[in-house]
Amino acid sequence: MNYRIYRKFKNFMFLVLTLVSALAVLIPLFMIIQFVLVQGASSLSLDFFTQLPKPVGEVGGGMKHAILGTIYIVLLGAAIAIPIGVTCGIYLSEFSKSKLSKTLKMTVDLMSGIPSIVIGIFAYLVVVVPLKSFSAFAGAIALSIIMLPIIIKTSEEILKLVPNHIREAGLALGLPRWKVILFIILKGSVSNLLTGMILAISRAAGETAPLLFTAFGNMYLSYNMNEPMASLPVQIYTYAISPYKDWQRQAWAGAFVLMVLILTMNLFARFILTKIKDKKGI
Amino acid sequence: MIKLKSKTQDALLFYVLRTISLVVIALLLGIIFVLIQAAWPAIKAGGLTFLFSKEWNPVEDRYGALPFIFGTLVTSLVALLIATPVSVLIALFITEYLPKSISRIVALLVEMVAAIPSIVFGLWGVFYLAPFVKKVLAPLLKTHLGFLPLFQGPSFGIGILTAALILSIMIVPTISSICRSIFELVPAHQKEASYALGSTKYEMIKLAILSPSVSGISSAVVLGLGRALGETMAVTMLIGNSPVISSSLFSPAATMASVMANEYADANTPLHISSLCYLALLLFLITFLSNLFARTIVKSFSKG
Amino acid sequence: MPNLNDAKVILEAKKLEAWFGDFHAVKGITVDYREKTINAIIGPSGCGKSTYLRCLNRIHEEIEGARTAGEVLLEGKNIYDKKVDVVDVRRRIGMVFQKPNPFPSMSILDNVVIGLRLQGISKRSTLLETAEVCLRKAALWDEVKDKLNSLGTSLSGGQQQRLCIARALAVNPPVLLMDEPTSALDPIATAKIEELMNEIKKEYTVIIVTHNMQQAARISDFTSFFVYGNMIEHGLSADIFTNPKEKQTEDYISGRFG
Repeated sequence: MNYRIYRKFKNFMFLVLTLVSALAVLIPLFMIIQFVLVQGASSLSLDFFTQLPKPVGEVGGGMKHAILGTIYIVLLGAAIAIPIGVTCGIYLSEFSKSKLSKTLKMTVDLMSGIPSIVIGIFAYLVVVVPLKSFSAFAGAIALSIIMLPIIIKTSEEILKLVPNHIREAGLALGLPRWKVILFIILKGSVSNLLTGMILAISRAAGETAPLLFTAFGNMYLSYNMNEPMASLPVQIYTYAISPYKDWQRQAWAGAFVLMVLILTMNLFARFILTKIKDKKGI
Repeated sequence: MIKLKSKTQDALLFYVLRTISLVVIALLLGIIFVLIQAAWPAIKAGGLTFLFSKEWNPVEDRYGALPFIFGTLVTSLVALLIATPVSVLIALFITEYLPKSISRIVALLVEMVAAIPSIVFGLWGVFYLAPFVKKVLAPLLKTHLGFLPLFQGPSFGIGILTAALILSIMIVPTISSICRSIFELVPAHQKEASYALGSTKYEMIKLAILSPSVSGISSAVVLGLGRALGETMAVTMLIGNSPVISSSLFSPAATMASVMANEYADANTPLHISSLCYLALLLFLITFLSNLFARTIVKSFSKG
Repeated sequence: MPNLNDAKVILEAKKLEAWFGDFHAVKGITVDYREKTINAIIGPSGCGKSTYLRCLNRIHEEIEGARTAGEVLLEGKNIYDKKVDVVDVRRRIGMVFQKPNPFPSMSILDNVVIGLRLQGISKRSTLLETAEVCLRKAALWDEVKDKLNSLGTSLSGGQQQRLCIARALAVNPPVLLMDEPTSALDPIATAKIEELMNEIKKEYTVIIVTHNMQQAARISDFTSFFVYGNMIEHGLSADIFTNPKEKQTEDYISGRFG
């Protein structure tokens, strides 16, 4: 009898443990969100979006240049990564049996594991050093390398969701395979592919490390891709480690904007992706 | 207009796709090559002693990687020690204990953690976690476990423990989402077989879910390790950035990634830059190998 | 119906063989099909009927490890000849599949005309005209004429299958292959498709694989009986179903097979 109670007790303790673990992660999550919300929203004002930074000591100013800079660099990076990524996704889904396909798959896996700071150094070495200047372009290259594996993987998965009999139906109409791939498979999946791209963009938008010595950052508005350019994450970092209270407040405001931006994109993409997978694609 | 046979047209597309794919593979090789090239002066100057030298002194232009290797490994291992049980338990909580509708939300929330930018973790760490460690956690550990060298010395809030804590939160989603997909693969009849023997739920989980999943869980842990090793911003903001090797978890330290983030932009001697690139190469190789290792476990797992 | 056997031969298979890897799925089939007839292929499941059908428009070779041998003559010309472009073959021998498979995220109209459009025909009036003609032939026009721009996948299963028939007809192939086109449909949708096949027959030659013997008896002019990759018997459906020559056929038809 005692043994039975012991077993039941162990069973109960295990349940408690799993519950505690769940709380151990969810509580920090809520705390971060709450912290960013409270600290960020209270530091937020219209100026934050419309003003450039003020010199040290003067109160006020905003991060207009960093918000626009982030959008600029991320979109430039996406413009590089998306065509290459989708092309590789097509290759992986339509020619999955080939040897190169397997090598590419492994490459993608390994690439997604490269620390982002290392990618930053790579971009520094191949772009900043030869051009002799920190530049938004170098930052975009670094971010595109971060986005690439995500785009390749999601494109592959999404195109593989298109059932094989759809491909056969296209071929049976007397269409060459390349037309079936481009105008039936790919065109039919465009909206789904977009969600994969949003996911990649949301990941890249939050990256700081690869931008530290590529796009570098500045304190004014710039749209020149050959010049250093501010970005939200780097600006937050600079302000967060500064000793000035007002800058720290602005870092919170920046974190708030960044979080809202990223979590919205991320949740949206996830929501759509689960819907697609639930419906088995089509 | 020349009319190409459909096979020829198809071959054209195939070669375009193939070429772009080769470009991506070449990119990975290019990253390795460029890093080696940039690190070469430091490799020539330091060779393998670079790995075992404790001194990192940009002023005298002498460089050794040991403090950073130490800092990277210790923070990552402590983070894994915390994150592994938590991740496995969360995965079980989601797959086995929660009803489907709630489990989806909890799973989404856990994955949400992975979407939070590292800089935000850092910010939160600096303004909340570090003071918490200094005022609450460190004194608590000292009074109860102070006899261990791990928990001696003063705590300034930032240091190995704080960095490891933030890392552990950051890698839980990686480990738990892989664990979840492994646990979901366990066929229902195996669970039922275990229940039929009169098992409690805990015994069923041990018997039917955990024991066949050991290799899968270990690959998840290795993948989590890969993430922890390379994590930069949050750690940089929380570890204190001093290249010391100390037995105390309260002590500040530096990781390979954090020293790169801190010094790369200001490095001015060629050897300093090259040494940082050498560190980048090492970090790349470590994460590369751990990822490769994790994939091979996954492969043998999915085959068996 | 003596005139059926006098009709012109449009498609013939000569010693046609097919493999999946090492598995010999179709074993030396020789048969001919006459213009503007419906030809049913029946037999137990897994007997190679579908594979055989898929060899007739060379879609079988799209599967990894698939192989064929022998000849298929379309109006006297071997479609397996090296000089023949496979795309032209499939344009002239259309196919309807077991599961209705309209193209995803494509409107009803686009589904019908996609074959023409991707061949380079872009004149809107031509496309609209073809769409109407084909949808009428597929007995779908009246149901969809007001919503040509809604998604093809939004239709019911039976409507989707008729859409697929219209799509196949749009490229105007003299021969239409159908691989158990009604097996995924309910009896009412099935009846509709059987009905329209009688109309289609006036212009096209149909070869249909079916697991439903009543269906074969109802709609077909000729029937072939397949077992394990061999064709046991081929002849006028009237003969096969009332007076089969082979014992195996008789057993199968009377339900004593296997």
